[in-house]
Amino acid sequence: MQQRVILEGMNFWQGDIAIAEGAIAAGCRFFAGYPITPASEVAERLSARLPLVGGIAIQMENEIASMLAVIGASWGGVKAMTATSGPGMSLKMEAIGLAAMMEVPCVVVNVQRAGPSTGLPTLWAQADVMQARWGSHGDYEIIALAPSSAQQCFDLMIDAFNLAEEYRVPVIVLADGLIGHMTERVIVPPAKEIEARLVPRKYTKRPTNDFLPYKPYDGSLVPDLVKAGDGYYIHTTGLTHDERGYPQMSAEAQERLVKRLVAKIRNNAKKIARYSLTDADNADVIIVTFGMTSRFVKPAIEEARRQGVKVGHLRLITVWPFPEWLIEELAEKVSGFCVVEMNLGQIFYEVERCARGKARTVLCGHAGGGLYEIEEITKSILDASGAKLKVKM
Amino acid sequence: MAGEKPEAAEVKESHPLDKYLRIERFPHIFCPGCGIGTTMNVFASAVDDLIKQGKLNPNTLAVVSGIGCSGRVAGYLRFDSFHTTHGGAIPFATGLKLANPELTVVVISGDGDLVAIGGNHFIHAARRNVDLNVICIDNFIYGMTGGQVGPTTPLGTYASTTPYGNYEMPFNLPHLAVSSGAVYVARWTTLHTRRLKDSIKEALVKKGYCFIEVISPCPELFGRHSRIGKGLDMMRYFQKYAVVEENPDPFKADIDFSGKPIICGKFVDRERPSFLETMKNFMDKSLEQTR
Repeated sequence: MQQRVILEGMNFWQGDIAIAEGAIAAGCRFFAGYPITPASEVAERLSARLPLVGGIAIQMENEIASMLAVIGASWGGVKAMTATSGPGMSLKMEAIGLAAMMEVPCVVVNVQRAGPSTGLPTLWAQADVMQARWGSHGDYEIIALAPSSAQQCFDLMIDAFNLAEEYRVPVIVLADGLIGHMTERVIVPPAKEIEARLVPRKYTKRPTNDFLPYKPYDGSLVPDLVKAGDGYYIHTTGLTHDERGYPQMSAEAQERLVKRLVAKIRNNAKKIARYSLTDADNADVIIVTFGMTSRFVKPAIEEARRQGVKVGHLRLITVWPFPEWLIEELAEKVSGFCVVEMNLGQIFYEVERCARGKARTVLCGHAGGGLYEIEEITKSILDASGAKLKVKM
Repeated sequence: MAGEKPEAAEVKESHPLDKYLRIERFPHIFCPGCGIGTTMNVFASAVDDLIKQGKLNPNTLAVVSGIGCSGRVAGYLRFDSFHTTHGGAIPFATGLKLANPELTVVVISGDGDLVAIGGNHFIHAARRNVDLNVICIDNFIYGMTGGQVGPTTPLGTYASTTPYGNYEMPFNLPHLAVSSGAVYVARWTTLHTRRLKDSIKEALVKKGYCFIEVISPCPELFGRHSRIGKGLDMMRYFQKYAVVEENPDPFKADIDFSGKPIICGKFVDRERPSFLETMKNFMDKSLEQTR
């Protein structure tokens, strides 16, 4: 059966489907997952589609196994991903640490639901932001992207796979139950256009007898990759290791390795970070959003402007790395920041940290599951500007 | 021969199997009398035979281990070798094999890693019949962490977390593997090096989920806790109580270390389509119907 790989043109997809299709367009050919609301549609779509385009989708016995299979598949030379939600994300965390330590390109989608624990399986939240950054033990850095529409679910999957290859890190896509289950128009660009954008795996060109798997020969912080079966006889481990990949139980080896793992993201943060900043010139308040909250704030921004507050809008596309420099710069110019996120304060604390007391910081957050009233967002914007509220709550 | 002048012994700088080892990492971490080195040696020797017979390409042989003493095996073998998370070797190996079916994927790890923390993965990979070779070096105890009770520790054993004796029934691994769907299941002790080697060779060329249990001495911890003794005493115990059977019954293969025979042999060697074969069969059938 002839199957189109990239479904070019106009589609009407829910976010989860767009995630699956974005992955296929990005070249993903291995999926391992475990059923969980509200992410199961990603697994269902990929189970139907991947085998028809030469890939494999497997439902593993649990979330831990799914993450490990993804890491194994990536070493096998295939772009690989998994998709889950809160409880599953918690279970994957140990293996995500392994992926960070072994420097394995892979993508993990978290269609966030409200927690903690089983929480609200069918209702959304954005409370896994800090988990995405700090969830596995030890020091490491990852990249996390937050889509705010079905279109972005598709587009950001391609970016996620590209970034995973470029920096050899697990990349987390922080979708949420709302966008995951919301059906919208998705325009898929011509396949040739997408394919031209794809970052190929950084396979080494060095000879088999002169290659160390954890030595970045090109002076960058990212070593070349090989895949199993290439004849390099590599060893890789979750233990602290040297450039040969061999375990080294010493503070020196730890310092060298973990500093590089962290530096390859931190030193490139400005290159990796993506956001959109609008109406920031002469703004009194910058409203900070990511994912779905980016779409709720529009009427509140308009209302605050009617009341005389100049509002700029910072929409984070990468939540990690966080654009610290941008907040520092803006804090010198604005009266305050208003952070709208569906949690009780996560990116808010990043903004507060980077504002260094130079601007007010106001959180407009909830524990998850519901929607915002426009008035409460307006009030938060006015609070951040120092102005008095002129609307009735 | 009598009357002939003996030739001077030739001094070899290296062992013929050294090429399969990461010699630069030696000395290894294993204790004197431990069976992991023996198993590694037998594995290298089996692989050597298969390579010489043209049945195995060393470039496409991948070894995956979990965590623990036996989990260190991957780090000493000179193949593509992966040292993963605790319990994580089998699902990692599953992803590796499915991503590149050309690979021969071997999991070598311990009893705690494979059937306690990794127990769920163990049975599900067998059920799916992923084309993997799983070698469990069973030493009946958690060695690396200091002698805690494990999933195969015999009843009554004093381990560091069972100071009143182990009151949990141990797993019978051949029975577990057979009933979970493995296509090849064998058990040998580290005394049975020739038979173990034959089994590893059979498993490596057989399609599907193959499982070999290697009953192995851990003199420092299990030997001490069980009062069986040092490495040599443990080998003597195996010599005395191991019984090699033709088509043994896995149901009767439980081990008690109190004088019950340790049944060794090949429990099953059967045919069943592997995961990838089954997947292809069902897809072809399904797509045929929708055409």
